[in-house]
Amino acid sequence: MATTVIQRKKVETATPVRRVVMGLVFLALSMLILVLFALKSDPALKTTFVMNPGGIDRGLAPDWVLPGFSTMIVLTVITFLAAVYQIFVGFKKATNVVLGIVVALFIFAFLAWAAEGRSLNLGGMLSGAVLLSVPITLGAFSGVLCERSGVVNIAIEGMMLMGSMVGALVGSVTNSLLIGLIAAILASVLMAALHAVLSIKYKINQIVSGTVINIFATGLTTYISQKILQVNQSLNNPPIFPRLPIPILADIPVIGPILFNQNMFVYAMFILLAVLQISIFKTRWGLRLRAVGEHPKAADTLGINVIRTRYMAVLLGGAVAGFGGAFFTLGSVGRFDKMMTAGKGFIGLAAMIFGNWTPIGSFGAGLLFGFADSIATKLAILGSYIPPQFMSMAPYITTMVVLAGIVGRGQMPAADGEPYVKE
Amino acid sequence: MKNETDKTKPAVSIEEISTNILASATKKKSFWSALVIPGLALLTGLILGALFIIVTSGEVYSAFQISFGSGLATSWEIVSKSYLALFQGAIGNPAAMVQALISGDQLEIRRAFNPFLESLVVSTPYIFAGLAVALGFRAGLFNIGVEGQLFIGAAASTFVGYSIKGLPAIIHMPLALLAGALGGAFWGFIPGWLKAKTGGHEVINTIMMNWIAFRFTEWLLTGPMTRPDSGRMPVSPIIEKSAEIPQFFKQPIRFHLGFFIALGAAGLVYWLLFKTTWGFNLRTVGANPRAAKYAGMNIAKNTILAMSLSGALAGLAGANQILAINRSMAIGLSAGYGYDSIALALIGNSHPVGVVLAAILFGTLRNGATRMMVTTRIPIDIISILQALILMFVAAPAIIRSIYRLKPPKAEDEKAAFVGSWGGK
Repeated sequence: MATTVIQRKKVETATPVRRVVMGLVFLALSMLILVLFALKSDPALKTTFVMNPGGIDRGLAPDWVLPGFSTMIVLTVITFLAAVYQIFVGFKKATNVVLGIVVALFIFAFLAWAAEGRSLNLGGMLSGAVLLSVPITLGAFSGVLCERSGVVNIAIEGMMLMGSMVGALVGSVTNSLLIGLIAAILASVLMAALHAVLSIKYKINQIVSGTVINIFATGLTTYISQKILQVNQSLNNPPIFPRLPIPILADIPVIGPILFNQNMFVYAMFILLAVLQISIFKTRWGLRLRAVGEHPKAADTLGINVIRTRYMAVLLGGAVAGFGGAFFTLGSVGRFDKMMTAGKGFIGLAAMIFGNWTPIGSFGAGLLFGFADSIATKLAILGSYIPPQFMSMAPYITTMVVLAGIVGRGQMPAADGEPYVKE
Repeated sequence: MKNETDKTKPAVSIEEISTNILASATKKKSFWSALVIPGLALLTGLILGALFIIVTSGEVYSAFQISFGSGLATSWEIVSKSYLALFQGAIGNPAAMVQALISGDQLEIRRAFNPFLESLVVSTPYIFAGLAVALGFRAGLFNIGVEGQLFIGAAASTFVGYSIKGLPAIIHMPLALLAGALGGAFWGFIPGWLKAKTGGHEVINTIMMNWIAFRFTEWLLTGPMTRPDSGRMPVSPIIEKSAEIPQFFKQPIRFHLGFFIALGAAGLVYWLLFKTTWGFNLRTVGANPRAAKYAGMNIAKNTILAMSLSGALAGLAGANQILAINRSMAIGLSAGYGYDSIALALIGNSHPVGVVLAAILFGTLRNGATRMMVTTRIPIDIISILQALILMFVAAPAIIRSIYRLKPPKAEDEKAAFVGSWGGK
């Protein structure tokens, strides 16, 4: 472990180019706020942000009324200062966080400009963003678990797809939310087990193994959907987890309705975040997991069972992905449609990378990407000339920038993707 | 993977440095041993597919309620009916073929052989896409972005196809194809450049580029490239007649020149990889970047070039579909060619000949499944399941060997390390 820590520091400090590149990205975003929004806005107009999600009389908060032009000037200055600091000094380890904040400010500036002279339900948008971030974040958690142990998981999408289909089918047959959820998790664990056997036992390339699962899950779920679910609608009509406001907390103004008036999946995401963050970084189990992912040979020498640790991590990752998959059918729509996950598993992968292979980072990235999604669905209503498709691209582009700017080769688990052969 | 020799190449220093690598690579796999595993993988896939069809058929359950025997009989009936439809849809009906040949009627002959020709039509994009992935593998790069490159290539060739008017076909069609190749090459260049200059892993970047391409083409088709009279449907205008890849026969036979262009591309890739210094450099970079670096090869340049070329081939897959078949672009353009092509490259051992054979196999299966869907109501997605199984068995030959009790091979043959690890080492 010690050697890898030293290596990492070297990588981080040895790349001033990346620091400057990231600074330039900040600068570009800052200038975009100025040119695209601030200079095109009318100083006389004000933007009203409604902070209460529609139709819910909990935690009433007053509307925010902001003067559009000066708000954007302030945002330009803040992001400009961040850019200057990044170019000349550097945020070092916090760079990803700052990038997240800068992107969020950019989005905020965009909203303030797009809704100028009108009112926009920001509370509803944020509440929707939290909900949309659930599958992304859970997918990212699944990735973190697998990759911390050194097994690359690009099959998150396939596992989630499997979970959502089986959840809908079993949930409809048994008419039970709990059984449906458990079945979804088990189906995904089964896929994860296949991934584990192929990549750990047979040592085939983990990206190939992930591709096998993605193709297989796509084929299987579409097949079942066409052959069984569409023919027999009663088999595709599972119950849905209801909205579950938490007493007291849900009545806090602004945050209450956004965070504490959601369904079970949102709370489970918060609990999982805490559990994973602590167990990966503060417990002996987590230390072993990371050791296996960083330097399996050293871990083996110290008596850690590398193979067993990896199996466990991949299966747990599968369970989390299946839980995330169940969100699509049991947590929001109440029906399975083919290709339902629509790339959320891959955005989850992106969130994991943006979040630097940590649960807390993945969560932040998941929220940001969920926010981008939430806006993309509302752009048409806002009547802006920016096509919604460009908003949906934001997570992918951000990930590529992060990968080029900071992460590069240094930050991922050192033995990620390498099968372990005991000597 | 590394089963080819390069005795003719004058790069002595490299051979000195990477002696062990080339030594293990000099052993040529015999033609038959290269076929055994894919053949058994196909067989096993078909058997598992049959089981799957049985398990998901309602008739079987009701038959088993009557008696065990009738359950078995029904299962057999369903499977044999399905696979017969698959075969006839893919190759044709042998009896009808013979009869048509005897009668000598041109129309009858064409009609009888149409399923086979149609299989080649379906195979064509697979050939291009499989070559794209195989070229990447040879350079040690994992191009998962074929799907996105295909979309961009298709969009570029569609645009050239409908916007330029009045050109003769001999110029317009190649120009539209070239636009497709360039579009795909550009989409492959970006992750290649990022890998070379920043070390950002191409797997992640190409996955991201796929989704950017989907959104981008969605925007193109609803915005700048939308058909004026489409009534808000996301489709492009129809391409000019002069941009079409010509078909050899009258409708409904769709067999077209694109198939031979694909074979030409396979030949070109073979020549590039195995007969030029550039190809030798590329393969050395793929097999052992460190040795390549010591020998003075430019890894960055090779990476960028390989990804761009790979993207160009993927773009051609999209252009081919537009110019020969679809004639206009819609959102549901690809049937997952990008992901299937990874399977193709692996089954074909990343060799152009192998890729062409594997592509024809996949095309044949998919074409046959269309007929199977019509006659037996089995969703075409059974083919995706089959493809996943075949890919799994080819990638992990140990499973096949343990099923069929084959002898394990000597250590060198077993090496499937066609691509570096995730960390880009």
